[in-house]
Amino acid sequence: MSVVTNTTTIGAIDAPSRRNTELALVAFAVLISVFAYANVGLALHGELPAGMLGYGLGLALLGGVAHIAVRRFAPYADPLLLPLATLLNGLGLALIWRLDQSERFQSIKTFAPAASKQLMFSAVGVALMVVVLIALKDHRILQRYTYISMLVALVLLILPMFFPSVNGAKIWIKIPGVGTIQPGEFAKIIIAVFFAGYLMVKRDALALASRRFMGLYLPRGRDLGPILMVWAFSILILVFETDLGSSLLFFGMFVVMLYVATERTSWIVFGLLMSGAGAVGVATFEPHVQDRVTAWLDPFAGWGKEAASEQMAKSLMAFGSGGTLGTGLGQGNSDLIGFAANSDFILATVGEELGLAGMMAILLVYGLIVERGVRTALAARDPFGKLLAIGLSGSFAIQVFVVAGGVMGLIPLTGMTMPFMAAGGSSVIANWALIGILIRISDTARRPAPAPAPSPDAEMTQVVRP
Amino acid sequence: MNKPLRRIALFCGILVLALLVRTNYIQYVRADELNANEHNRRVQIERYAHERGNIIVDGEPVTGSVETTDSDFTYKRVWKNGPMWAPVTGYSSQAFDSSQLESIEDGILTGNSDQLFFDRTLSMFTGEQKTGGNIVTTLNGAAQKAAFKGLGDKKGAVAALDPQTGAVLALASTPSYDPSVFAGNSMKDSDARQKLLQDKDKPMLNRALRETYPPGSTFKVVTAAAALENGLYTDIDEETDSPLPWRLPLSTNLLQNEGNIPCENASLREALRWSCNTVFGKMSNDLGNAKMIEQADKFGFNKEVFTPVRADASVYPKDNQPQNAMAGIGQASNRATPLQMAMVASAIANDGKLMQPYMVAQRQAPNLDVIYTHEKEQLSRPLSAENAQKVQQMMETVVADGTGTNAQIAGVTVGGKTGTAQHGLNNSEKPYAWFISYAKTDSGSPVAVAVVVEDGNANRDDISGGGLAAPIAKNVMKAVLDGK
Repeated sequence: MSVVTNTTTIGAIDAPSRRNTELALVAFAVLISVFAYANVGLALHGELPAGMLGYGLGLALLGGVAHIAVRRFAPYADPLLLPLATLLNGLGLALIWRLDQSERFQSIKTFAPAASKQLMFSAVGVALMVVVLIALKDHRILQRYTYISMLVALVLLILPMFFPSVNGAKIWIKIPGVGTIQPGEFAKIIIAVFFAGYLMVKRDALALASRRFMGLYLPRGRDLGPILMVWAFSILILVFETDLGSSLLFFGMFVVMLYVATERTSWIVFGLLMSGAGAVGVATFEPHVQDRVTAWLDPFAGWGKEAASEQMAKSLMAFGSGGTLGTGLGQGNSDLIGFAANSDFILATVGEELGLAGMMAILLVYGLIVERGVRTALAARDPFGKLLAIGLSGSFAIQVFVVAGGVMGLIPLTGMTMPFMAAGGSSVIANWALIGILIRISDTARRPAPAPAPSPDAEMTQVVRP
Repeated sequence: MNKPLRRIALFCGILVLALLVRTNYIQYVRADELNANEHNRRVQIERYAHERGNIIVDGEPVTGSVETTDSDFTYKRVWKNGPMWAPVTGYSSQAFDSSQLESIEDGILTGNSDQLFFDRTLSMFTGEQKTGGNIVTTLNGAAQKAAFKGLGDKKGAVAALDPQTGAVLALASTPSYDPSVFAGNSMKDSDARQKLLQDKDKPMLNRALRETYPPGSTFKVVTAAAALENGLYTDIDEETDSPLPWRLPLSTNLLQNEGNIPCENASLREALRWSCNTVFGKMSNDLGNAKMIEQADKFGFNKEVFTPVRADASVYPKDNQPQNAMAGIGQASNRATPLQMAMVASAIANDGKLMQPYMVAQRQAPNLDVIYTHEKEQLSRPLSAENAQKVQQMMETVVADGTGTNAQIAGVTVGGKTGTAQHGLNNSEKPYAWFISYAKTDSGSPVAVAVVVEDGNANRDDISGGGLAAPIAKNVMKAVLDGK
């Protein structure tokens, strides 16, 4: 609790930086991942996998570099964020590698192993995080780019519309020679910057200039404008790109930040009403969304008739077969899910091979990241930092909930990636950047206040004149 | 701004909590239900992940398992001499389920049976690779081979029993199929199965158990037993009251005999020796439908037989007078499976006691411990020992000096009865050739056989039970006797 006392500008001076704790935890995270590799190799081939050393060293190098960067450029940062992200990234790599070994996948012609690519993307992601830490001396600089951020986010979100849809959703852009990118993953961070900047300026107007109506505070029309715009925008994404996940994510993030900025519960009510209305409205004429909803209501009803439904059912069976303790890494059949088993459905592999125990552990790790993010928001001293931190961690929480809830059949499946674990370059890179920003904000928040400048006047009064 | 932040923290906590509850719900509460789901391929994968136990004949397995690489099923079933043993083993396919012994004894063969619970628990601690248990059958390899070879490329079936125990010694059906051709789950397997299903000769039909034929003259043995049991005649050499020609009751039709044979008032022995239609038709009529049904039922008619593979019920129905008279010579609406007629022969050979037919002698755990042994069991008592011996004398005359001379075995007492069953509208189709028989030694009868040949290729005039079916029965009996 000593850290909490450190949130005010005139708190305790010598709070521990906890850098060594972080180092130990990162080493632990790398070790767990290496053990996971060994486990997969022993289970599948009866020997330690040849690539284990490579992946282990690669992961250790990434964790080490990231740690040194934090030690050097953000010495007071939260000590848990980096190890947690490293653990998820490392376990994800082991799981992806495990799915690469699947004979079922290898017999498919279009299948390409993803683990080495994922390691490369992780390296790019960590590099981006380091760049963020070096280039972004103070997160408040981002405030200056409020409206540019909006523009960039808009471009990123609109871009995929001009590219052909992949598996029913238009969320990819294809750059020849580089591969496919999901701009939505990056837009998530940039749009959080815009929201934070915009709301910091407008929060008083939104919070106070409102009329009371039926127990709710109704905002003024001119303040309502941007909100309606965001709502309409998320609906448009849903319609044109058939990306239920992203629209939910952006709208959810906006409502969260709005609520924090204005401290008005009415915004939450509006948010829920509007997203509900939007979702129902779109669902009535968008077959892609309807498929997802019917697949969610009864996955087994559409067995053999409908791909979405069958995949959902297969996912549930993977979770079920894992039971309490799981089959053990490499010994399950989660690859039966087929398409997207190593990206959207990576949690099904966790569920089957690590069991209920592993699932709870993984979910708690995600929960911890969110919790450290919220704590960073609480600790931040400036409203912009607070809003940005809560926006990022809130969107992270929503994404985890939407993806995990989707593959577990708690809510309709939306097709987003599990941060850090799922195979996919954009996702890993963007989430490392997100962690970088959170680390930067937490560093600023936990940095001890500089000793008060010596006041000559005050000093004078101390002097006993002869 | 900290109050709403704490609330958001709470909200995020609720999201994570919801996920935790959900994962508990699926992986703990619903796990069993999901694992038992019919679409869950893991069940199949587990099933084929280890070697299936074997079906054993004469101490040697007639089945096996091979490791495959073409799918996620590790082991595939193979059969040694598949077409010969298919009527016994049935099939076990990765894609098309299983049948007969492979299906009925699946629990033992896969090792999943509750009877193997202790064994399974034990091997869990010893770390042994899980394998299935074995099924030891009663079949006699030499007899089966004689039956299968004897049928050759003709359509037909053979059933052989040990009259004293009810053990099934041979069970052949032709044309047959090789279950190995569709044991996997590839397109090739699927095509092979389709071809078999569409074959008009129905190779997958187990004719020994699942096809009923008009029993023809072989049924006269049952009629004779009914006459003796009901006291209609007591001496097999006394003259019967049998005019020639004999007019079917309530009809203007005269019942015909084959050729010009001495049937007028012929004794039971002579009538069976020459296979007189008039004598047995009238006998059935004199006894009446109820008594005939009663006798047939005692031999096992009118209900399914489980060996444990199910055999179709043979029928002797309630009928009007002329039909009942015709049924007495096996030419009306009564029908019998080859197994049923083998049961008739075996009951007579066993001095009137009909034993429950069975083909699973033992079930073995994977470590070869015997977990079940069949105890012989009497099914019914169709006729007294005295009357059974009378019928034996009659049947022995048939082989010694009648229509069944082709079944004679040097130095062995053989009793038999031929049958040539007309069928089709106005008997237009080629008849079925039947032969039922038993062999006898000093220590009772070790084998009773029923053979049916439905040969569409043979010249119609050549078809007779004595000519086509008796040699096959003889070879089967010889194979069993030689093995003693």
